[in-house]
Amino acid sequence: MSASLVVLIAVLFGTGTYLLMHRTLTRIVLGVAMLGNGVNVLILATGGRQGEPPIVGREGTTDSVPQALVLTAIVIGFAVVAFLLALAWRNWTISGNDAVEDDVEDRLIARAGADGERPSDVHHHEDVDL
Amino acid sequence: MNALLAIPFAVPLLGAAISIVVRQLAVQRVVSFIALATSLAASIAIVATVVIDDSIAVTRLGGWPAPVAITLVADRLSALLLVVAVAMVSLVLSFAIGQRAADERSPFYHPVYLVLCAGIAQAFLAGDLFNLFVAFELLLMASYVLLTLEGTDSQIRSGTTYVVLNVVESTVLLTAIGLIFAATGTVSMADLPARLAELPDGVRSGLNLLLLVAFGIKAAVFPLFFWLPDAYPTAPSSVTAVFAGLLTKVGVYAMLRTETLLFPGGHSTLLLWIAGATMIIGVLGAISHSEMKRILSFHIVSQIGYMVMGIGLGGEAALAATVFYLLHHIPVKTSLFLVQGIIERDTGSTFFRDVGGLARRSGPLAVLFLLPALSLAGLPPFSGFLAKYGLVRAGFDGRSYVIVGVALLASLLTLVSMTKIWTGVFWGDVHPAADAERRGLLRRHPLMSGSAVVLVGGTLAIAALAGPLYAYCVGAGAQLVDPSVYIEAVLGP
Repeated sequence: MSASLVVLIAVLFGTGTYLLMHRTLTRIVLGVAMLGNGVNVLILATGGRQGEPPIVGREGTTDSVPQALVLTAIVIGFAVVAFLLALAWRNWTISGNDAVEDDVEDRLIARAGADGERPSDVHHHEDVDL
Repeated sequence: MNALLAIPFAVPLLGAAISIVVRQLAVQRVVSFIALATSLAASIAIVATVVIDDSIAVTRLGGWPAPVAITLVADRLSALLLVVAVAMVSLVLSFAIGQRAADERSPFYHPVYLVLCAGIAQAFLAGDLFNLFVAFELLLMASYVLLTLEGTDSQIRSGTTYVVLNVVESTVLLTAIGLIFAATGTVSMADLPARLAELPDGVRSGLNLLLLVAFGIKAAVFPLFFWLPDAYPTAPSSVTAVFAGLLTKVGVYAMLRTETLLFPGGHSTLLLWIAGATMIIGVLGAISHSEMKRILSFHIVSQIGYMVMGIGLGGEAALAATVFYLLHHIPVKTSLFLVQGIIERDTGSTFFRDVGGLARRSGPLAVLFLLPALSLAGLPPFSGFLAKYGLVRAGFDGRSYVIVGVALLASLLTLVSMTKIWTGVFWGDVHPAADAERRGLLRRHPLMSGSAVVLVGGTLAIAALAGPLYAYCVGAGAQLVDPSVYIEAVLGP
C-alpha cells in the first residue's frame, strides 16, 4: 500500500465525517459519498500494489478478492447515494429548505422538562405542529 | 439438499422481480404469498435437517470448493431465526393487506417487502462477513423505501435520520470487513477464527470493537439507539411491526455470531455494561412518552439489552437463554405492534389524549394487548418469564449479580410502562371523540385481527411448548460455545 493511498483514505474519511456533522442534507449526501469512496479505496489497497493485474502466474499479481468486494460495494454505494438524493429532493419540495429537523415529540418532552422550572412556557405547546 | 439453503432468500427475490413487472395488486399479493410460503416451507425443512442430522447444514453456491465459494451455513440458531422471521413476515403481510393502508396499494410495496424478507433470510444464512454485509444492505435498502413510501413530511424527516445513521453503520461495517481482510486475507467466518487468533491482541480487539459499533447501531444498543424511537413510529404500523420484530434482531444475531465465533470472550465486560445501560435507558424512555407506538419503540431498545446481556455473560446456559429470548421476543414484539395497528386503524391515533376506554369497546382487543404485554414484562406463565428466568439464572451462575439486579429492575419498569399504556388506551371512559356504540373492533377488521390472534396464539404456544423449544435452544447454545463444530462443518474435518 503506497503512502499516497493512505493519505487519500485519510482525507476522504476526514472530509466525509466533517460533512456528515452538518445539518444540510446536500452536505450529508456528499459526506456519505466521500466516506463510501474512502472505504472503497481502503479495500482496494488491501489487495496489493497498484497497477498490477490479478492474473496468476505473472510476476507481481494482486489479490482479486478485494476487487470483487469493491465492485459490489461501489454498486451499493451508488444506490444509497441515489436514494439519499431523492430523499433530499423530496425534503426540499415539502419544507422548502434543506435542513434535517428535530423530532417533534422529543421537542415536546424537552420542553415539558424545561417547563417544570418555567411554567410560563406551557402555552407554547400549541405552536408545535403535530 | 444442496439448494435448500438458497431457497429462503432466492425465492422472495424472484418473487420481487416478478411482482415489480406485474404491477397488478391482486397478482402481486398472490406472488408475495406464494414466495413467502415457499420460503417458510424451506426454512422449516432446514430446521428439520439441522435437528434430525444433529449437524450444521452447509451449501457452497456454484459448487466451488470451501474457501472460494460463497458459503451458506445454517446451524440451530440460524435455522430457528429463519423460521421465526419468515413466519413473522408472512403474518404481517396479511395484516398489511387487511389494514387497507395507502402504502400497501403502492405498486412498489410488495416487491420491496419481498426484498426485505430476502435480506433478513440471507443475513441469517451468510457464511462470510461480506455476504452478511450484502444481506444487511439488501434489507436496509428495502427498509429505507418502506419507511418513506408515503413520502409525507414526518416520514421524510425521520426517514432521513434513519437512512443517514444506517449508511454510517454500513460504512463502519464495510471498513471493519476491509481491515479484517487486510489483517487476515479472508472474510469467511469459518477461516477467520484461526487467523484472528494469530493477530496481536490490540489489533484483534480493535477489529472486534469496529464490528461491535456497526452491529450496535443496527441492534440499537446504548449509546447508539437514538435513531430507533425517532424513526419507527412514523412508518405505517405494519411496516413498524416487521421492523420492530426483526431488523434490530438481525443486528443482535450478527453480534451473537461474531462474539461467539470470531472473538470469543472478547469484550464481555464492556457488553455487560452496554446491556445494563441499554435496558435502563430504554425503559426510562418508554415511561417518559405518552404515545403507544413510541413507548413500544423504546421497549425494543430496552429488550435488546437483555439479549446483549446474554452475549456478554457467555457460556452455554446464557447463550441458550439468549436464543430463547430471541425466539420469544420477535413474535411478542410484533404482536404488540399489530394490536397498536388495529387501534390506530380504528381511532386514527394512539396518542393517549386521543384514545381511551378501549377495553369497554372491545374486551378481546384488550386481552390481545395484555397477553403479549405481560409476556414482554416477564411475568409467569408467559414465554417472557422463561426467557428472563434463563438469563437471570445464568447471571447468578456466573456471579454477575449487578447485571441481574439491573435486569430485574428494568423488568419492573417495563411493567410500569405497560400499565401506562393500559391506563391511557384501554382503561377509563371512552374518549368523547369516539363513538362509544361502535363495538366489536375485532370483527370489523377481520384480516388484521386474524393475524394478531394467530400471532398472540403463537406466543402462548411458545410458552406451552417451552420444554422442547428450550431443549432446542440449549442445543443451539452448545453449538455457539464450541466454534470448532461450525468450522469443521464448513471446511471439512
